[in-house]
Amino acid sequence: MIAIIDYKAGNLTSVKLAVKKVGAEAVITSDPIVIKSAERIIFPGVGAAGAAMDNLRALGLDSLVKEEIASGKPFLGICVGLQVLFEMSEEDGDTECLGIVPGQVKLFKAAPPETKVPQMGWNSVNFIGEHPLIEGVRNNSYFYFVHSYYPAPSDSSYTLGETTYADVTFSSMIFKDNLVASQFHLEKSGKVGLKILENFCKWDGKC
Amino acid sequence: MLTKRIIPCLDIRDKKVTKGVKFKNNVILGDPVEMAIKYYEAGCDELVFYDITASAEGRPIDIDMVKAVAANIYIPFAVGGGISSLKDMEMALLAGAEKVSVNSLAISNPSIIGEGSKAFGAQCIVLGMDPIKTKNLGKCPSGYEITRRGGREFTGIDALEWVKRAEDLGVGEIVVNSVDADGTRQGCELELTKMISENVNVPVVASGGVGCSQHMVDVFTYSHADAVIIAGMIHTGDYTIEQIKAELSAMGVAVRL
Repeated sequence: MIAIIDYKAGNLTSVKLAVKKVGAEAVITSDPIVIKSAERIIFPGVGAAGAAMDNLRALGLDSLVKEEIASGKPFLGICVGLQVLFEMSEEDGDTECLGIVPGQVKLFKAAPPETKVPQMGWNSVNFIGEHPLIEGVRNNSYFYFVHSYYPAPSDSSYTLGETTYADVTFSSMIFKDNLVASQFHLEKSGKVGLKILENFCKWDGKC
Repeated sequence: MLTKRIIPCLDIRDKKVTKGVKFKNNVILGDPVEMAIKYYEAGCDELVFYDITASAEGRPIDIDMVKAVAANIYIPFAVGGGISSLKDMEMALLAGAEKVSVNSLAISNPSIIGEGSKAFGAQCIVLGMDPIKTKNLGKCPSGYEITRRGGREFTGIDALEWVKRAEDLGVGEIVVNSVDADGTRQGCELELTKMISENVNVPVVASGGVGCSQHMVDVFTYSHADAVIIAGMIHTGDYTIEQIKAELSAMGVAVRL
């Protein structure tokens, strides 16, 4: 069973539907007992990093997320669920985040009307190297993005995929041991997104 | 690079997809879920559903349809029509829609834009609008006036002022549906789309009048539109999504292939 962590950071319906589509069982939960008993964890999220961190702390899930990642359980972050894994986000006046992945989350520079912020739509991901989660996914496939802030790991060895927007090439997918996270919405990215979700549902957490 | 989005629009009346010309003479085209699956499989980037009789019938949007769509396609989709409150927005989003579109509701109650944006995130809140060329330049100096009911009622609101206000209120995206071009398949209203897209910093979707791939190339090169809504040209089977994307790509427009 997969636990989709609910920390009042957006709508989780589509994540659950996509997991069901690839043949796995998932529950949407904020219950620590359910999360601890799950075989794997999906950590989604939309909205602002500051509110997301406030909610995580209020629900007592910040330390639980760290413990679950440390336990070696397969863990998948999506969008804001990726951003709060970093040390700090520029959003909401420098929000201190979970600090699991070294680095920061930074704001895109808008240059309207050509370059609008947020980035909203389909952009390509250049995968760097091999990983069980991207097996069967063509390089430079397109995924669906909605975000104003982008992850900037301090060590490029965490980067699994790169995307270019607003004159920045950023890490749109990262990995660290049993943890993988995407800035793009796997649940809204059609067949390639479903393929990565399917790979995650079979993954043993080892690279 | 970020690609231009191609968004089929499904107008729903009595649980069926219909299509009219200039918002009139609707004919039945098929089942919304079946058509959504077909366009999803063909590679459309997003979909939009308008429950066009919900408001007139005083009922909320058909949530069962929203759920059925969400269970079958794994790309973003927006819904509009019959959204009259924050509660209606929440119901549609929890049913699996990525975005909700407000049009006449925003005219009568602009603060709903800010409330929705704050509650669910700006990316969920789409402003639909139906501007028409106007002679009422005193009230509408941009030359375009916002209408209700697809051009049947005039509001005296200037189109450019309206989008700037909506942006200030926190809207996430703007669909510019030209009443003059709607259903004509003679091309988008380029000046209107250009004006709107150059004056806001949120994505702009061009709508109305697209009849062939060249019309999309025209609007993407002449304006800063991020996406285009298409309807008649694919509903009739004159074009397929695959064909449109191949043609756009060949003509130099970045699309998801």
